[in-house]
Amino acid sequence: MKEELFVSGRNIPHIDPYLNIWHWQIPLYLFLGGLAAGIIFFAAYFVVRGKEKEMPATVKWATIIAPIVLVIGLGALFWDLKHKLYFWQLYTTIRFTSPMSWGAWTLMAITPLSIVWVASYMKEMFPRWDWKFDFLNQFEAWVIKYRIPFAWIMMILAIILGVYTGILLSAFNARPLWNTSILGPLFLVSGFSTGLATAMWVSNDEYERKVLSRIDLIFIAVELFLIVHLFMGFMAGTAVKMEAAQLFLGGEFTVSFWVFVVILGLVFPATLETLELWGYHVPKWVPPFLILFGGLMFRFVMVEAGQITRFLY
Amino acid sequence: MRYAMAIDTNKCVGCGDCVVACQTENNVPHGYCRDWIVENVEGTYPNLDLEFRSERCNHCDNAPCVRCCPTGASHIAEGGIVLVTHDECIGCGACIESCPYDARYPHPDGYVDKCTFCIHRVEKGQDPACVAVCPTHCLHFGDLDDPNSEVSLALKDRSWKVLAPEAGTKPQLYFLT
Repeated sequence: MKEELFVSGRNIPHIDPYLNIWHWQIPLYLFLGGLAAGIIFFAAYFVVRGKEKEMPATVKWATIIAPIVLVIGLGALFWDLKHKLYFWQLYTTIRFTSPMSWGAWTLMAITPLSIVWVASYMKEMFPRWDWKFDFLNQFEAWVIKYRIPFAWIMMILAIILGVYTGILLSAFNARPLWNTSILGPLFLVSGFSTGLATAMWVSNDEYERKVLSRIDLIFIAVELFLIVHLFMGFMAGTAVKMEAAQLFLGGEFTVSFWVFVVILGLVFPATLETLELWGYHVPKWVPPFLILFGGLMFRFVMVEAGQITRFLY
Repeated sequence: MRYAMAIDTNKCVGCGDCVVACQTENNVPHGYCRDWIVENVEGTYPNLDLEFRSERCNHCDNAPCVRCCPTGASHIAEGGIVLVTHDECIGCGACIESCPYDARYPHPDGYVDKCTFCIHRVEKGQDPACVAVCPTHCLHFGDLDDPNSEVSLALKDRSWKVLAPEAGTKPQLYFLT
């Protein structure tokens, strides 16, 4: 028998008996950050590949969503801060060892740039659009002139943003569930998949939807592969890692993870996408909705479960 | 200079005087604490082993809280003491997530708070409040670089352990066993 008790009556809110310092704001932000990264990455990718004309929804229309979800995500992050009036301290320093500092600076760059991206396509999307001011027209012309390098910058920033949503968690070695280097690529792939799903939902063009669907199937396959590796790593790991994995293998997160994230959020939409590619009729909104739902659930489950896991001594 | 604390688990009776002294000295808000006592029972009746541990921030040499702080509010002061500058803390909670010892808490005023080894007393040559009040003298504080300090002498003659060494944090609370 081994029993550990706090005998001095320690019962700190949100820390005892289980750590729960990050609430719904963080998983929501991680979801929206990954979503925006996915939308931006593929918009930029198809511009670099010269497929602007073939992929109008991915390059233009879907990107309107990116700055909106980024701003909502930033709002959630701000909401979660407990010393809100000091948030500007984030921007007085660069801390190389802190993923949150990296993330704050990446968001500082990618949020306004995503607005510039949408703005540069306003006249193509809304032919009667008028910028009213001359300097805005000049700026727009300048952005359009350097669209390819701009797209490269956006692709790199989107990868940093997507990986950062995972590294934010994996950098904490005190939480064994999070402390695995596979979380960075896993969150990146998952975020990109949600971005593709959004573009698929927005698109009305059959060719475009097929291209997106094929890419998405690859991303879902990679995501499933990474999830298997995640658990293989845990099961071959130390006692705290095995205990972390138990939360998903019979423990309290078993159903929410395997049913909602893996089956409903990955396997089922992948099956529907495959059927659609084979020519069966599938309601347009169903696969993207399930992928987005699965992505959101994944982040909620990981943030909640990760905070419970800890070192035992 | 490397400040550290040695806690004699054979002498500690779990009275909680260190906890009360800390709360009074540092004006810790009601319902929170910077130090606490763990009662650890191992074995099968009647062969039970009882251990009391007075725990607090480990002022780690390789502090994950300092590494993950996005603003630099969490920092290492002279003597290896890990501190939080309240005016630089944004209350993001990253350091709370990063601590394997759950030694930090969100102060009701917004910033993150923790044990300071009573740096304001140490600077004046006094012991931290918890050490000063301990009725069984089971807490030893001092400079590890000084071979004649109370903590160095305590560690020299006794066997000791640190908590969760596998976390790689190089904690500076030594539990004498």
